[in-house]
Amino acid sequence: MKITLKLFATLGDLLPQGASANAVEVEVRDGCTPNEIIDRYQVPRELAHLLLLNGVFVDKSNRDKPIVHAGDTVAVWPPVAGG
Amino acid sequence: MAWANKVLRVNLSDGTVTDEPLNMDWARQYLGQRGLASKYLVEEIDPKCDPLGPENKLIMTTGPLTGTMASTGGRYSVVCKSPLTGAIACSNSGGYIGAELKNAGWDMVIFEGKSPRPVYLYIENDHAELLDAAAIWGKSAWETDKILHRTHQDPQLRIACVGRSAEAGCFYAGVINDLHRAAGRSGVGTVMAAKNLKALACRGTRGVGNIKDPLRFLQATEEGKRVLRENAVTGQGLPQYGTQVLMNVINEAGAMPTRNMRETQFEGAHSISGEAMHEPRKSDGRPNLTANAACFACTIACGRISTVDKEHYTIQNKPQYWGNSGGLEYEAAWALGSDTGVDDLDALTYANFVCNEDGFDPISFGATVAAAMELYDLGLITQAQTDGIEFKFGSAEALTQAAELVAKGEGFGKDLGLGSKRLCEKYGRPELSMTVKGQEFPAYDPRGIQGMGLAYATANRGACHLRGYTVASEILGIPEKTDPLSTEGKPELVKAFQDATAAFDSSGLCLFTSFAWTLDDVAPQLDAACEGEWSAEKLLEVGERVWNLERQFNLTAGLTSKDDTLPKRLLEEGANVGPAQGKVNELGKMLPHYYEVRGWDSDGVPTSETRQRLGLA
Ligand code: SF4
Repeated sequence: MKITLKLFATLGDLLPQGASANAVEVEVRDGCTPNEIIDRYQVPRELAHLLLLNGVFVDKSNRDKPIVHAGDTVAVWPPVAGG
Repeated sequence: MAWANKVLRVNLSDGTVTDEPLNMDWARQYLGQRGLASKYLVEEIDPKCDPLGPENKLIMTTGPLTGTMASTGGRYSVVCKSPLTGAIACSNSGGYIGAELKNAGWDMVIFEGKSPRPVYLYIENDHAELLDAAAIWGKSAWETDKILHRTHQDPQLRIACVGRSAEAGCFYAGVINDLHRAAGRSGVGTVMAAKNLKALACRGTRGVGNIKDPLRFLQATEEGKRVLRENAVTGQGLPQYGTQVLMNVINEAGAMPTRNMRETQFEGAHSISGEAMHEPRKSDGRPNLTANAACFACTIACGRISTVDKEHYTIQNKPQYWGNSGGLEYEAAWALGSDTGVDDLDALTYANFVCNEDGFDPISFGATVAAAMELYDLGLITQAQTDGIEFKFGSAEALTQAAELVAKGEGFGKDLGLGSKRLCEKYGRPELSMTVKGQEFPAYDPRGIQGMGLAYATANRGACHLRGYTVASEILGIPEKTDPLSTEGKPELVKAFQDATAAFDSSGLCLFTSFAWTLDDVAPQLDAACEGEWSAEKLLEVGERVWNLERQFNLTAGLTSKDDTLPKRLLEEGANVGPAQGKVNELGKMLPHYYEVRGWDSDGVPTSETRQRLGLA
């Protein structure tokens, strides 16, 4: 199935070729987990501070659950803040 | 004891300057800066006074740690009654002016009355005098800065001044210091100009020497710096991407106020984001962002220094804008960008330059342009009013021309200088103004971040993110993650953020340290520097006292619990997309409980027990 992966700030360098605007469409297996995706793109788990699935935060205890579905967007940031 | 123990009182009506000791009883209760200057204001003016009349006072104030070696210890604030809101105003700025004032030996300067002609205040250590401002009145903040440096032949002189927008009566003019730092919100610059006061030019070489326990202070500030350095946000995130890293975060979370808050996600967000500021542009291969920058003594350095593409339509044949200047922070980028539907990074950077050049708040300006664009969209404003400008959402030309008009207070710029509330009232649709107590919203849609709705509704200076930034918890997980779509626990969360923020703002430190520091990190620094004992608990109590003091000012000024509300759009129209789709802000579920946790009655008035507990009775 296809999903959109977005890696922001310093994680942007880890995006595969073909990415634009910090986003890329990737093929993953059905029922995959957020951790599988970030591991595949070598995002260190400790740097995946903010992980949003379709805009909703997924905390670390839920990232090994098969919650990613076709057409979803997974967006990841290292620790960031502003104001 | 860190305080200089000296206040400069400037009577602009008489043209006199006198010094007096700082009220140390008040300093022990209100610490400094926001808290202490608010106490002076409350004691010295009638909260019902005309904010633009001579009865209002304007206080430029430092905190006890301003000018010291504590990281970020360079902050100062401008405190007065706001013309935009009618509430108490306190606008905080970094740069170097605050540290300079403190190094000249002053805790604060109280300006009272109104000068019969334009003047500026010149301070060199103990020496202070009012000088004629004929040569700088009518000039931009940038020109004023240049002329004053030339006049005094002192490249080290630090300057805070108003631009032409303030002189023209723009309701959201700020006080610009060090060219691109601003006490930006609530129209504090408007008050300054109404007093015929153009600038403060200051040179201080005395240092801040009277630290209670210098060795302990050295150790405490060093430890504080270590915490900032080792924290991923203050050590890496903020220096590298600045506040602008939030553009994509908030957009993905579906809380990006877009096109006057009609929508909650902006399709052009990426083009105006912190990430986009790093990307090389097509014309010259250089990115928008040149470097980061730091305020006095800051070890975070979140500031942005940027250029506009020389080929961009805004600056062709305008070499004065070809160099580096203060770049986009998230709040400016949001208001000038997604709220107006403009995704042209160079146009936003240029508009931001103009805001700095002539001293007006980019948040209020962008949000007012957005309201005008909606009125135009509905046919309530036409090209007859806009000086022929097609005032459509998404028009970079409309945005940049509007900035130039507000800067000089010309044509449609006069209407835009009214701010969103007065503009929407003038054109018969007050409900289209996205404001609380007359102040325009910052960059978080409270339908997608519930706690922020309560924080906006109850902020003492009107809609504001810097009075209780629950985004830290609700979105960023600092210090702990809470669910942004739930109202559960939010009254307590908002109160905790509001009180802690008031303490930070009274210390001389930058609020951005709070992404890494709690009051437990601040207390040892203050305790080593200041007379008395300063624990985290005491600081929290100071924060709560300051909050209630400001509240009392507002209640006496005539504001009531009816003003603790949000625009109808946010309470009745569901978010159009994103995780909050269909959701409104559930303020009604949070506000009564918030009053309870604050120790206020059901009308939002602090009870006598609360006042007594905080020493406000
Ligand atoms: S963190 Fe940013 S705004 Fe705060 S003092 Fe440092 S550079 Fe200035």
